Amino acid sequence: MTWKEIKKQIKDKFDKKILKWYEHNDNRIYVDIKPEDLVEFTEYLFKELKSRFIIASGVDTPRGGIEILYHFDFFQLPQVFSLRVFLKKPEIEVESLSPIITGAKWIEREIHELLGVKFKNHPDYKQHLILPNDWPEGNYPLRRDQ
Amino acid sequence: MGLKLKALTRSPWVYHLSTGSCNNCDIEILDCLTPRFDLERLGIVLVGSPRHADALLVTGNMTIKSMKRAKEVYEQMPKPGVVIAIGTCALGHGVFDGSYVMPNTVDEVLPVDIYIPGCPPKPEGIIAGVAKLLTMLRQKA
Amino acid sequence: MSEIIPIGPYHPLQEEPEFFRLHVDGERVSKLDIEIGYNHRGIEKLAESKSWDQVIFLVERICGICSTSHPAAATNCMEDLGGIEAPERAQYIRTIICELERIHSHLLWLGLAGHFIGYNTVWMWAWKYREIVCDVLEKTTGNRQSYAMFKPGGVRRDILEDDIPWIRKKMDELKPSLDMFLGAVSDDPVIHARTKGVGILTKQQAIDYCVVGPTARPSGIEIDVRKDDPYFAYDWLDWEMIVMEEGDVFAKTACRILEMKESVKIIEQCLDKMKPGIIDLKIKELPAGEGIGRAEAPRGEVYHYCLSDGSNFPARYKVRAPSYTNILSNEVACIGQTVADAALVLAAVDPCYCCTERVVVVDDNMNTEKTISGNDLIKLSHEKTKKLRKELGI
Repeated sequence: MTWKEIKKQIKDKFDKKILKWYEHNDNRIYVDIKPEDLVEFTEYLFKELKSRFIIASGVDTPRGGIEILYHFDFFQLPQVFSLRVFLKKPEIEVESLSPIITGAKWIEREIHELLGVKFKNHPDYKQHLILPNDWPEGNYPLRRDQ
Repeated sequence: MGLKLKALTRSPWVYHLSTGSCNNCDIEILDCLTPRFDLERLGIVLVGSPRHADALLVTGNMTIKSMKRAKEVYEQMPKPGVVIAIGTCALGHGVFDGSYVMPNTVDEVLPVDIYIPGCPPKPEGIIAGVAKLLTMLRQKA
Repeated sequence: MSEIIPIGPYHPLQEEPEFFRLHVDGERVSKLDIEIGYNHRGIEKLAESKSWDQVIFLVERICGICSTSHPAAATNCMEDLGGIEAPERAQYIRTIICELERIHSHLLWLGLAGHFIGYNTVWMWAWKYREIVCDVLEKTTGNRQSYAMFKPGGVRRDILEDDIPWIRKKMDELKPSLDMFLGAVSDDPVIHARTKGVGILTKQQAIDYCVVGPTARPSGIEIDVRKDDPYFAYDWLDWEMIVMEEGDVFAKTACRILEMKESVKIIEQCLDKMKPGIIDLKIKELPAGEGIGRAEAPRGEVYHYCLSDGSNFPARYKVRAPSYTNILSNEVACIGQTVADAALVLAAVDPCYCCTERVVVVDDNMNTEKTISGNDLIKLSHEKTKKLRKELGI
């Protein structure tokens, strides 16, 4: 499939659920959606459009919440498609993608440890992945107030 | 003490400990074993356990996760033993200065005898540093 | 040669969390738990306090072996943010450095894989030829690792015209050695017995775990950032992507050796096509916005994301190294293998070293737990090779 076809399919299927569609250039696309729609979007991107999940990056914004970007790529195409969700404080939680994409397990654990985001239905994050095990609870290094 | 030190300087067995490094220095240390530099002809052997070691080659930033282990390795090394800090990170964190996982430098945790700077130090530099240390020890013994 | 030659950073075996926990059923691995994190140095947080120029030096030291790939991705990221296009000569120079690093990294891996199997001669030969590449890098950039060549808008140093014939000569010295390795791997029955059918990662598993690079390509997945999202000079040159179907350790080894041959081809084409010109646009500042940059490291796709508020410091810098997704795939690749093969399978994804130290073997049937060191794993692997040689009558 070409990028034009993929773009059309995404826009047709999700129409109103796309809050904002921004193209930085031909190859970098950023789409804002509501956290509740994340799983539906991901299933479509991963299973129907056969994309690849690259990484998720979180940032603590000065707007009172944490923003997570989920980056996808379509194998032989140069475009990187990023889904943006905004999680308002204090209940910073979102549905986990690990049931759909096994490779998301560690990625979500890292965001949990560094930013304190809770992922509902994540298989396990009892032990710290990258921070030392005796790291104080509640101390999230990438938060602005740390 | 004098006899042991003398024996140590003849053919030191070294144990390599990395405390959170980027592996540049570690690869250069292993490189010293390859035919071009060939440490073994000088009698220096890399061993697999600190209990057999005379010298500790320390690389890396001394992250929190590695501090406990580094101290244990040092305790296991039979004394007299020397500690050699290799690379800019082992000297004082280098570009990583200020990170939240490295509150101490290597010499605040272990008693370092010689520092070999470089990012990474070339194998020639590592060999020169080790040779300098051995000369110092021979003069002491 | 002494038998106790350790590989990689080493740790003593005390109460710290194990890095790999192999659950065994008889002699076969039934489950693998992986713990990482000892190498976490807080780089993403540090990047927020460094200027854009300094970030490149910082990311270069994330990993020493693929030390150019991170600056390459960082440069791509900043140029994406600012919409900057570097001059042609700079792109060729960048490509040459990246490919030299690919050769050096694959030779390093080849040596270690040889050591794991018990062929210490392979180790010594691979690292001996690696010295040729390190010499070329030292002549062109000034250092054997950590080259400090990249900056947004160009490169820091030029390759002198007088050096080019010498570089060509060194590449010619390298070619017969790569053919030798290829021949050795294809013909040796013991290597076949140790690597064929071992540690298979099927295509579907590779897709589920989102693996990249020479862990994905031997399983039949055609991804390579140099072809899919071309950067530097890669789409001006003629070269092949190496893809295989079997997904076992043999395919991973062959894939890497063939990639090295392609790298030599790429370097020679760059030297042929490079024309005199400027090498640096002298960029002074970067605008506000977001940037994404990717590069193909020897281990797979490196991904950098940056968020800028227009100041001299990044507001957020995210780095994803390829080993992050590749190591997790060992969960499935190790199942059904014997403990003796475990060292080889774990090493076949070419992890950036933070892991292969200590392994705990849990026998679920007998409810026992035993800790074995990385050294012992290697010894087990050597014993298996000796047994195989006897069986094959060599």
